[in-house]
Amino acid sequence: MLRIKNLESGYGRLKVLKKVTMHIGAGEIVTIIGANGAGKTSLLRTVSGLIPARSGEILFDMRDVGKLPPEKIVFLGCSLVPEGRQLFAPMTVKENILLGAYPQYRRKRGDQVRADLERVYGLFPRLRERERQLAGTLSGGEQQMLAIARALMARPKLIMMDEPSMGLAPLIIKDIFSIVKRLRGEGSTVLLVEQNAKAALGIADRGYVLETGRIIMEGTAEDLLSNREVQRAYLGRDLDAEESM
Amino acid sequence: MYWEPDKECLDREELEQLQLERLQSTLNRVYAHVPFYRKKFDSLGISPEEIGALSDIARLPFTTKDDVRANYPYGLFAVPLREVVRIHASSGTTGTVAVVGYTRNDIKMWSNLVARVLTAGGVTKDDVVQICFGYGLFTGGFGLHYGAERVGASVIPASIGNTARQIQIMKDFKTTALVSTPSYAMRIANTIREMGISVSALSLKYGLFGAEPWSEGMRQEIQDALGIVATDNYGLSEVLGPGVSGECRERNGLHIHEDHFLVEVVDPETLRPVPAGQRGELVITTLTKEAFPMIRYRTRDLTRLLPDACPCGRTGKRMSRVVGRTDDMLKIRGVNVFPSQIESLIHEIEGGGPQYQIVIDRKEALDEATVLVEADEVAGYDRERRKGGTADTIRKRLAHELGITVDVKLVGKNTIDRSEGKPRRVIDNRKL
Repeated sequence: MLRIKNLESGYGRLKVLKKVTMHIGAGEIVTIIGANGAGKTSLLRTVSGLIPARSGEILFDMRDVGKLPPEKIVFLGCSLVPEGRQLFAPMTVKENILLGAYPQYRRKRGDQVRADLERVYGLFPRLRERERQLAGTLSGGEQQMLAIARALMARPKLIMMDEPSMGLAPLIIKDIFSIVKRLRGEGSTVLLVEQNAKAALGIADRGYVLETGRIIMEGTAEDLLSNREVQRAYLGRDLDAEESM
Repeated sequence: MYWEPDKECLDREELEQLQLERLQSTLNRVYAHVPFYRKKFDSLGISPEEIGALSDIARLPFTTKDDVRANYPYGLFAVPLREVVRIHASSGTTGTVAVVGYTRNDIKMWSNLVARVLTAGGVTKDDVVQICFGYGLFTGGFGLHYGAERVGASVIPASIGNTARQIQIMKDFKTTALVSTPSYAMRIANTIREMGISVSALSLKYGLFGAEPWSEGMRQEIQDALGIVATDNYGLSEVLGPGVSGECRERNGLHIHEDHFLVEVVDPETLRPVPAGQRGELVITTLTKEAFPMIRYRTRDLTRLLPDACPCGRTGKRMSRVVGRTDDMLKIRGVNVFPSQIESLIHEIEGGGPQYQIVIDRKEALDEATVLVEADEVAGYDRERRKGGTADTIRKRLAHELGITVDVKLVGKNTIDRSEGKPRRVIDNRKL
């Protein structure tokens, strides 16, 4: 579905991504874990077309999207749920959701929007209850649901999520991640960027570990979870303490 | 029958994407964690970031057995020792020991790759697998053992030695698959004959052989003598142990597990890649090893990559059976010859079977080679007369077909030392 080869990008003179090569197969949940500043968000922003790729190749559905503007990439079926939700606070929940349907209108599929709205309300009943409420008044978890719902309205083949668990309570994180799993069950492909490596690896099929802009590890989620370096650096386990107990 | 069909039959383009991802992450890791590689890359002015294509690997330096020895014991490990759950050492047929380590994930990966080899050779969870490899520092025993358990077969860790007892176990425990060196399989076949046991009293179906070069003639002999399908498998401790590649039941070359190893074939003299399909030295880079990654390891094993697809459906490149080792390549009075070529000839004349050893001396600046052939394993009547005749035939054909002048001597059964489980093929006494 998505194939990235030797991708490099950055801001100004700062090179953030260094020859990143990775892929996501259709129907997979793939996670990218890494510390703050490793380049996770830059990677998603580059794939989305929000920052330009300096070199390398991004193939989405076998099509080179490296030079396309963000709206074209969304139109092709690759949507981003950005870090920090980026909602339109003074607009209602329903308005925010409908904004996500813009590509469907451009595809002349406006007739499907009503059914799609029902589908996301099915996934997030809470949003239906609050459809007239202003987005800015929602709780953190509800806002995250809204951001995901908005992205789903474009009917993406690949949905990329940037830190969906950020700032949320553990119970809410569980809800959000079970929704991610459900999306995969319904045929979506998910690229999940997370600092919460444990939760992300818990639902992912595979993962990549990004460190200072380089991929230093690749493997099944199971293998990464049992890798001691990953455990120490990203899962917050103090193995020595555990062993001496 | 596949063990991991999605990986063994991966589309070529997807495979190469995966290889590049894994090559780059392996390079990033060795550069960060193994001073030996970092120094070597730095001194050549190469950064892992320059590797953007699989073919760029040619810019990286080779790693040799001497490098491994020089870093004895743990210098090439890429993880702290507390993450290592197993330590092995190479069998040392050619010199001092090389130490290798495995993390928990490495052991899991290794077991899966051996399971692929066993499955390709016919083994299923319903089989009883007798493993006649040493269970020590040598990777053969434990490597095959874990793979066979992974498949779910009933595993008999018979180890090596006491052939009569091995055969008793084989008979009583109803062994269906034999795992050993090919020469040990020959020994078992001969002992079965001597013990007067009929092969039909055994339950053997498959034989999976490796850890030493053998010939097509020897395969025929083993298959006929034991009534089995015999497949070849390959591996070496420095990159994993058994499980690097293995034959399927088509028996037309060994499928390389390319999702875990990147292979090249180079000319051992110039170190440049050989033209596609030509024989040369196999060079292996590991793509998934955690504890002991290897970059461009010169295996010293001579093989060639086979061009066409295998009817079995696996997409990994195949290599021909290993025909010899670069450091086995003998120059006898200026003529290059491999022990395997001598072996093929002996087997052709004697119909497979006999063990042999090549002894080389230098007398007054002239190389003198003697080929010792174990004669008693040649079942025959009128042994003495035949001995002279056989030795003469071998001598003449070696001169005629390989262009080497050697002395041929027939020696008694089991006089060639097999203390390592495999006989030393070449004793080179020359002081060069």
